[in-house]
Amino acid sequence: MLKEPKGPRPRKVIAPGRIMLYTALAFAALYYALPLYVMLVTSLKGMPEIRMGNIFAPPMEVTFAPWIKAWDSACTGLYCEGLKVGFWNSVKITVPSVIASIAIASINGYALVNWRFKGSEVFFGILIFGSFIPYQVMLYPLVIITREMGIFGSLWAVIFIHTIFGMPLLTLIFRNYFAALPQELFKAARVDGSGFWGIYWKVLLPMSTPIFVVAVILQVTGIWNDFLFGIVFAGVKNFPMTVQLNNIVNTTMGVKEYNVNMAATILTASVPLVIYFLSGRYFVRGIAAGAVKG
Amino acid sequence: MNSIEIRDLALRFGQTTVLNNLDLDIGEGEFLVLLGSSGCGKSTLLNCIAGLLDISEGQIFINNKNVTWEEPKDRGIGMVFQSYALYPQMTVYGNLAFGLKNAGIPKEEIEKRIAKAADMLQIEPFLQRKPAALSGGQRQRVAIGRALVRDVDVFLFDEPLSNLDAKLRTELRVEIKQLHQRLGNTMIYVTHDQIEAMTLADRIAIMKGGKIQQLDTPANIYNRPQNKYVAGFIGSPSMNFIKGTVSEGKPPVFRSGEVEIPLSGYEFASQPIGETPVWFGIRPEHVVHGDAAADAPFKTTVKVDVFEPMGSDTQVWSKIADQTFRFRIDGRVQIANGDVIEVGFDPHCASLFNLESELRL
Ligand SMILES: Nc1ncnc2c1ncn2[C@@H]1O[C@H](COP(=O)(O)OP(=O)(O)OP(=O)(O)O)[C@@H](O)[C@H]1O
Ligand SMILES: [Mg+2]
Repeated sequence: MLKEPKGPRPRKVIAPGRIMLYTALAFAALYYALPLYVMLVTSLKGMPEIRMGNIFAPPMEVTFAPWIKAWDSACTGLYCEGLKVGFWNSVKITVPSVIASIAIASINGYALVNWRFKGSEVFFGILIFGSFIPYQVMLYPLVIITREMGIFGSLWAVIFIHTIFGMPLLTLIFRNYFAALPQELFKAARVDGSGFWGIYWKVLLPMSTPIFVVAVILQVTGIWNDFLFGIVFAGVKNFPMTVQLNNIVNTTMGVKEYNVNMAATILTASVPLVIYFLSGRYFVRGIAAGAVKG
Repeated sequence: MNSIEIRDLALRFGQTTVLNNLDLDIGEGEFLVLLGSSGCGKSTLLNCIAGLLDISEGQIFINNKNVTWEEPKDRGIGMVFQSYALYPQMTVYGNLAFGLKNAGIPKEEIEKRIAKAADMLQIEPFLQRKPAALSGGQRQRVAIGRALVRDVDVFLFDEPLSNLDAKLRTELRVEIKQLHQRLGNTMIYVTHDQIEAMTLADRIAIMKGGKIQQLDTPANIYNRPQNKYVAGFIGSPSMNFIKGTVSEGKPPVFRSGEVEIPLSGYEFASQPIGETPVWFGIRPEHVVHGDAAADAPFKTTVKVDVFEPMGSDTQVWSKIADQTFRFRIDGRVQIANGDVIEVGFDPHCASLFNLESELRL
């Protein structure tokens, strides 16, 4: 007798489609994880061991010396103080730029949605148009501008530039997110006697955590990974970590210390990585929320 | 004394004129319902009164104070929105307290007012919950509470019940009515639900295309609609309209094809002179049949085209002078398509509208 379908539908344990999918995923994971693995093991080996070849072998003798050297005493051009200088420079650039750009862009987006003024659409159009212009085109004018402002060759110049260049995309993101929130909420807050800032702080911000997390991730990775603005505007003493990393890796003097290079690279990449791990959940949620509603 | 006066109000969005030349007086403690089809400018008018939209022309007075340029918070109004618009990250208590904190009211006073409103609306058990953890009806009560604690003279409601299911709507409708009786505030209530309008209102303003078509008591709106739009808008199923002419006489007579209806008992605004093309309107529920028809001032026979049983009564579609004619009969009466039924009505209950201007005669 045939069993009548009843209750939960029985699942096939291994469907052919699943096998395909997992195989593909496994390969993809391997493809991306392998270089990281090689970097990690290489950075833990001494130079003699590296010279033996066999880059996939785990270290026979684990040493942290390359890491310490990369951080503390590797030569980055004229100075031999390691990456730590660049790390702190990058922090000094990233933190204020991220805060400033997000603060300004979120207020922009909020004003564009809720306090329309004459020409606000045109203003927004110009802002969006700005995001299509390649950075390189503006490099020279920006050098002149920052020089005239008297901040060229300082951290302030880099912070200034990152804040400006973050504007178009961030404003777009915030505007779309805020536009998707119910307008009546905003009206209710006005009846309740909240002004421009009151509504922003007390009503809008608490509802917008996901989009702020998205903005933080975008900005931290973007600014931390920046090379061009750092090398052009910061000045030799203030080079960010990426520029110093380049100087370590591309040095032409002496032997190539692969282990130090690897350690330096991992150190530089670790900040965006940590940010991703900490907030990946929010990132996906925030993007999706914006996509569905906006 | 008038609680709200609106003088020559106009509102335009760029090229589109939504409201024009609008005048409205609302008495103190009055319950006024703005009724109209979607997009006629009800919400826009309410937002103008609340100060949430900048008006293009005219003046608005609330309690004899010119508030045309005042901020919403300074107008002495409380507003309840269709989507509740509760602050999602605040507790119910926080929602109620928000406006009061902004106004710098001392803490004890805030607590006192919230306790009073919560008691009145029966929302004490969830004062510490977030809005997400409330049902639709509870949210709506909180939204009303938020207007209540502001201790204002004028309440504005923008379709506060339209997101709720039919049963809850009926319940809350009664609650709102009781609330009004207890508080005695002036209330302006937007809806496109006729039943809500008829049951709640002291006066109803019927709007169309940004204009007020008629402002009157529910009874007058129903019995003496001032134009054809109002007549057709109010009542369900809607009024029958028969095209024809009315001619002078004692009494004047309505004619359409073979049909002649002597208009004895009809209260003309001004006696017709000569022959005027008109719409003759009669509500389906004013048409009687069977024995009652025999006693009616006007009677005729009609053929049943279609009938729709609805339980308590049956709606019958037929024709008079080749024009659609609907009426209701008792649900227990057995009928079939093609049956000929005797029907009658009292011309006193009818409405006549000029064919061109569509205004009441
Ligand atoms: N920002 C705007 N720009 C242009 N036209 C608008 C704007 N807001 C509303 N309108 C128009 O004004 C008219 C009245 O809108 P309103 O919201 O007052 O309608 P309503 O009577 O409340 O309708 P509903 O019952 O559907 O809520 C509509 O035709 C609408 O298209
Ligand atoms: Mg509306």
